[in-house]
Amino acid sequence: MSLVAFLGAIEIGLVFGLVGLGVFLSFRVLNFPDLTVDGSFPLGAAVSGTIIVAGGNAYLATAIAILAGCLAGLVTAALNLRFRILHLLASILTMIALYSINLRIMGKPNLAILNEATVLTPFQGLGLSNLYLRPIYAGVVTLIVALLLVRFLASDMGLAMRATGANPRMARAQGIDTAAMTYLGMAISNGLVALAGALFAQMNGFADVALGTGTIVVGLAAVIVGEAIIGTRSVMLWVLGCVIGSVVYRIAVGLALNSSALGLNASDLNLVTAVLVAIALILPGARNPLRTLLAGRNATGKSPS
Amino acid sequence: MKRSRWGLMAGAAALAALVLGAYQVRASDPVLIAVTAIVDHPALNAVRDGVRDELEAEGYQGDGLNFVYESAQGNPSTAAQIARKFVGENPAVIVPISTPSAQAVVAATQDIPVVFTAVTDPLDAKLVSNMQKPGGNVTGMSDLAPVGKQLALIREILPNAKTIGMPYNPGEANGVALMNLAKKEGAALGFTVIEAPAVKSSDVMTAAQSLIGKVDAIYVSTDNQIVSAFASVVKVGVDNQIPVFAGDTDSVSRGAIAAIGFDYYDVGRQTGKIVVRVLKGEKPGDIAVQGVDTVQLFVNPGAAKAMGVTIPDAVMQRAKQVVQ
Repeated sequence: MSLVAFLGAIEIGLVFGLVGLGVFLSFRVLNFPDLTVDGSFPLGAAVSGTIIVAGGNAYLATAIAILAGCLAGLVTAALNLRFRILHLLASILTMIALYSINLRIMGKPNLAILNEATVLTPFQGLGLSNLYLRPIYAGVVTLIVALLLVRFLASDMGLAMRATGANPRMARAQGIDTAAMTYLGMAISNGLVALAGALFAQMNGFADVALGTGTIVVGLAAVIVGEAIIGTRSVMLWVLGCVIGSVVYRIAVGLALNSSALGLNASDLNLVTAVLVAIALILPGARNPLRTLLAGRNATGKSPS
Repeated sequence: MKRSRWGLMAGAAALAALVLGAYQVRASDPVLIAVTAIVDHPALNAVRDGVRDELEAEGYQGDGLNFVYESAQGNPSTAAQIARKFVGENPAVIVPISTPSAQAVVAATQDIPVVFTAVTDPLDAKLVSNMQKPGGNVTGMSDLAPVGKQLALIREILPNAKTIGMPYNPGEANGVALMNLAKKEGAALGFTVIEAPAVKSSDVMTAAQSLIGKVDAIYVSTDNQIVSAFASVVKVGVDNQIPVFAGDTDSVSRGAIAAIGFDYYDVGRQTGKIVVRVLKGEKPGDIAVQGVDTVQLFVNPGAAKAMGVTIPDAVMQRAKQVVQ
């Protein structure tokens, strides 16, 4: 993998780290499997892209994109809480509705954001090439968001949210408004995903209605790979693990793109990515037969793989 | 705990070895041409093969050519990552096939020559700001279908037709662009174009049925979604005696009455010619963005009969191919 490809993987991984944080909040904290993200990611791209192309300020556009994402999360939460639709189905409904809404917002399926002033523009005069600027920017934003999330989860309200996901009946008995916590958590979660969509679109020059394809898979992979590598010993590690998991996932995609050296074809990309992520999941597992085998070989000085 | 850490480190070492291994495998001498498409699809693959065959025909072959291809497998974020990978390998030319792949590549490099292809509207996609003199490191070709010629063909075969139904996918840039163009070009020929949107392949039948009784003909442009479910449109046409016309010649053997169109392999060959010009030293920014040169007329008299239409002799005589 070349330096450009490696930095590209880091950058895209950090942007998708925000998706990982959003999915962590819904899936792990609230225990709410949320497929809305497949719609709220392109929603963030569509909203920010449309405002930017119309001449709006990129930061304002990104803020509005986050609000749009929050709204999408609230819709899913309302379908689930108020109308008693199963959470998985409620989120699928919002997701497919967002497909049409995203087409409406952009007015067409693909919106070019090439050569427009983006969130990166104010930093482009600092003498740092885009090659380094983009991953650094993505890293700073994602790190700030991750630390704010850690801070939030340690607050009274954050603890109430965690209690809501862990044991809703007990939480209600303690006087926690679990419905309000679910609304809030789903809004924050999808707001983060929309932020990721907005940043991705601005850094890569386009918003596309197909941009959401597989977002939930990438988000879940980030959360689970992070848990496997970093662990869940503290909320801080758990949250940072989501970001690291996302970067690891992107490096896996990057490696899969280089798999022609192993005699594989371009059409094998998804398979190779899945295998690499599976390896990342399997390796740290303590009582796993493959890992035991590898550890045994290690003891005799032979290299694994 | 300790054992799991060892496993992790061993895994990391294996990954690192793979990274370095892939890095060192790269050869230095042959001309590196990097091609990428958003998805594996017969037409897009034909473009890729056309590009390679044209390069080989021009003498870039064997050890002299390192032709690499990556598919994003339908995922735009993978397309962005492929763009970074290619830029890092510093190829002689990058050839992105389709709009999102082209945008990702153009966003990733200002230096490496880019020759995009199979992009319907390069201006709207902001790949270039001027079709005649693109400037910078980017040129390429549009696969915009000859919609005007196709509608004129319908006019020639059906002199009295007033309304044309057009199934299309509102989620595909290509489909929407062709829809808008058909409305504009159709008006000039005295046609009213009626939309029949279909978001999924399974919606195409319903979309076609919605046109029954409202239209004198059905016209299917080169919209991937509709073309993939073309059989259901033909069925509606035969059952209700509505003539069905296509925008691509492949669909004629699948039951369309006639089509004026191009072969995506030829689009690839023409793209390859632009790549060769860049390899020979021309600046991409000085090469005008091209449309497809070669269009051909295919007719299917059997399908015409099944839909209650006779193809005029003048059209039959011009046909490049008569499908039985």
